[in-house]
Amino acid sequence: MSAPKPYRQLFRDGLWANNQALVALLGLCPLLAVTTTATNGLGMGLATMAVLVLSNATISLIRNLVRPEVRLPVFVLVIASFVTIVELTMKAYFFELYNVLGLFIPLIVTNCLIIGRAEAFASKHRLDQAVVDGLAMGVGFMLVLTFLGGLRELAGQGTLFYQADLMFGEAARALSLSVGPDFQGALIAILPPGAFIFLGLLIALKNLLDKRAKRRQLERAAKTSAPVDPAVAAG
Amino acid sequence: MKKTLNLVLIAAFVLGAFAVVGVGLVAFTQAMTAERIAANERAALMGKLEAVVPGVSIENDPLADVVVVSDPALLGGETTEVYRVRSGGEVVALILDPMVPDGYAGPIKLLVAVRSDGTLGGVRVLSHHETPGLGDKIEERKSDWVLSFDGKSLEDPPPEQWEVERDGGVFDQFTGATITPRSIVRAVKRTLVFVEEKGADLYADPATEPAAEPASAAVPATQAGRDPATVSAEDAS
Repeated sequence: MSAPKPYRQLFRDGLWANNQALVALLGLCPLLAVTTTATNGLGMGLATMAVLVLSNATISLIRNLVRPEVRLPVFVLVIASFVTIVELTMKAYFFELYNVLGLFIPLIVTNCLIIGRAEAFASKHRLDQAVVDGLAMGVGFMLVLTFLGGLRELAGQGTLFYQADLMFGEAARALSLSVGPDFQGALIAILPPGAFIFLGLLIALKNLLDKRAKRRQLERAAKTSAPVDPAVAAG
Repeated sequence: MKKTLNLVLIAAFVLGAFAVVGVGLVAFTQAMTAERIAANERAALMGKLEAVVPGVSIENDPLADVVVVSDPALLGGETTEVYRVRSGGEVVALILDPMVPDGYAGPIKLLVAVRSDGTLGGVRVLSHHETPGLGDKIEERKSDWVLSFDGKSLEDPPPEQWEVERDGGVFDQFTGATITPRSIVRAVKRTLVFVEEKGADLYADPATEPAAEPASAAVPATQAGRDPATVSAEDAS
């Protein structure tokens, strides 16, 4: 069992430093398939997060019961059960949402991000840690999905959160934006190659920001240490 | 040796226990939601049926008043459902779900409503795999194109003009996509031809009482589906 980590660090890792989509590049199958609109990305992100929190919690609870030899099949069983339950529940209570995402819900089982967190984190940490980790990783994944969906939607058909009301009710209609009816859009953004191109751009952007932050940190360190030197020399 | 065996047995038992619990949970959820899911699916299909016969007050349950026909040449699929919409005791429209076999990227499933006077109540696309941004303008939520069928019949426009504009017809094609609208226009026309040829049989098929329970309404549907003599392609030729 590993030492507990502060929640702040768990969120930092999940949202940025160890973002599963941008850094670990896990869960690409649903990531690339559903992000044709921001609404789809958000819906898929929410469903994935729900499964991730549930599976992380369960696996943390049973981590001392399961023998190491059979842990992977047990994890797969737990995840598959939760995905099926989420799918059935969505079909029963959020039928509209299910119609939009239905095909992709079973794909959550194949999302390596979930078994990845089960194996790497939940099976070695306390319940509260595992739940917070699931939440942080889930939110990080959802943000990337929504952002990527928004970019592709905007470039491809000139709208943002198109038909959000289908998924989140009438109140969400105000979310929908449109550039204008004459906007033709770059079709490639919606087609599968567009998913790879925009994901690549997102990863590049993250690396650029990281590099810049690091350089600034170094400069600051250099600046604070510089005035000390003459003082030391004088003393 | 014995110790190893014990470890294996324990591992197997743990795995088996999780399998049982997992399957149990799924089965429980399935049992709890099955009814609601079936109701949702019925409501969704009913909503689609209502959309293609605007202005008609449906007084029966078309989902229970179904004839299954088979005519791959005209209707695409192996079997096609014909929902009968009744108002005031009369069948006022037939709603078919033909298949368009020659879509640009695979088959397209349609919903076509034909009123008793031979005009189209409406056409909708149920499922397709057309290119996003090009061929998918056949969806009602993406473009108004599919509404251009409303009120058309085999007389208006005349049969030779049941084509997209590029082929000398009256229906629009979209920029960059001709194959998809062309296939759909032809499929809708074939559906109208089918209804014109077999319509009498479809309307005359034993009526199910509007007040009857769904269970009894299912009987004529299965009879018609199993008995090729009632309505089928071989029958006409």
